Amino acid sequence: MSGTGPRENVFATRMALTNTKLRLKGAQTGHSLLAKKRDALTTRFRAILRKVDEAKRKMGRVMQLASFSMAEVTYATGDIAYLVQEQAKQATFRVKAKQENVSGVVLPAFEVDRTAGSDFNLTGLGRGGQQIMKAKEVYAKAIETLVELASLQTAFTILDEVIRATNRRVNAIEHVIMPRLENTIKYIMSELDEMDREEFFRLKKVQGKKKRDTAIREAEKQVQIDNEAVEALQIAAEAEKSSEVATDLLSGKDEDIIF
Amino acid sequence: MTTSFKDRNLIAVIGDEDSITGLLLAGIGHVTDNGKKNFLVVDSKTQIQTIEVTFQEFTERKDIAILLVNQHIAEKIRPTVDKYQQAFPALLEIPSKDHPYDPSKDSILKRVQKLFGE
Repeated sequence: MSGTGPRENVFATRMALTNTKLRLKGAQTGHSLLAKKRDALTTRFRAILRKVDEAKRKMGRVMQLASFSMAEVTYATGDIAYLVQEQAKQATFRVKAKQENVSGVVLPAFEVDRTAGSDFNLTGLGRGGQQIMKAKEVYAKAIETLVELASLQTAFTILDEVIRATNRRVNAIEHVIMPRLENTIKYIMSELDEMDREEFFRLKKVQGKKKRDTAIREAEKQVQIDNEAVEALQIAAEAEKSSEVATDLLSGKDEDIIF
Repeated sequence: MTTSFKDRNLIAVIGDEDSITGLLLAGIGHVTDNGKKNFLVVDSKTQIQTIEVTFQEFTERKDIAILLVNQHIAEKIRPTVDKYQQAFPALLEIPSKDHPYDPSKDSILKRVQKLFGE
C-alpha cells in the first residue's frame, strides 16, 4: 500500500495528513479549472483554425487580383518600381494592435490604421495615373485582408502555445502531482495505523505486565498473610500449651500445699 | 508573447519587385531615421544569405507587426521560416505574380492541416 510510487518526503503526522489532504483538494480544484480553461481555449482555437484556413485561401485570390492591377500599371506607365522604392519615406499604412482576452490569454488583433498621405501623388503624372490610383486601392484592400489574416494567425500561434502549456499543466497535475499526494496520504495513513497498532500492543503489554506484577504482589501478600496466620496459630497453640500446664498445676498435688 | 505589441505598427515585406511596388503604393513603405528600410526587393541576383539576414533583422525589429514574405522566397529559406514560431511579428506568406499560392507549402497552413488531420 504505502511505498508504492513516488511520494512527498514528510513525517507521518496528523498535521502532515491534514496539510496533504488540503493540497490534494487544491490540486483537484486547479485541475478542473485548468481543464475548463483548456476546453474554452480549444473551442476558440478550432474557430480560429477554420477562419485561418478560409482567410489564407481568400488571400490567394485577393493577391492575384492585386498582381493583375499591378500588371495594368506596368503596362500603362512602364516600370515605376524604382521610383516608388525611392519615394517611400514614412509609412501611411500602419497597423494598430488591440487586445482581446480569452480565458486570461491576451490575444492581439491588428487593425488597419491608415493616414492620408501625399506619397506617390506625382507618380504616373505623365500617363497611367488612373491605373496607379486603382492599383493603390486594390493593394490597400489586399493588405487589409492580409492584416486580418495576420491577426488570426497571431492568435493561432499564441493560442497554440497557450493550449500546449495548459495541457502540460493539466497532465502534470493529473499524472504527477495528484498521484504523489494520494500516495503521501496513503503512506501517512498506513504509518499512522501502524503507530496505532504499536501503541495498542504496547498498552496491552504494559497492562499484562501490570496484571502480572499485581498478581505476584497479591500472591506474596497472601503468602505473608498465611504465614502470619500460621504464626498466630502457633502462638495460640503454645499459649494453650502453657495454660494447660497451668491447669495441670491446679489439678496436680503439690507437696508444698498443706491443705 | 510578453513583448509589447503596442508599438508594433509597421508592415515589412520581403518580396519580388512587383509585389513590393504594389505594397509600397498602398503606403506601407517606411524608412527609419538611420536609413533602414522595412522592405527588401529580391530578384534572381539576390543571395540567399542576404534574404536570411534580412529575415532575421525584420523578425528582431521591435516596430514590425507583420512580416510579409513572398512564398517563392520563403521557399528559399524554408528551414528558417519553418523554425520561426514567434507570435510577433506575424509571418505571412503571400503569393506573387509569377508564383500562384500553394497552401500546402505554407508553414502555418501545414500546422493547420496537421491539427485538422488529427
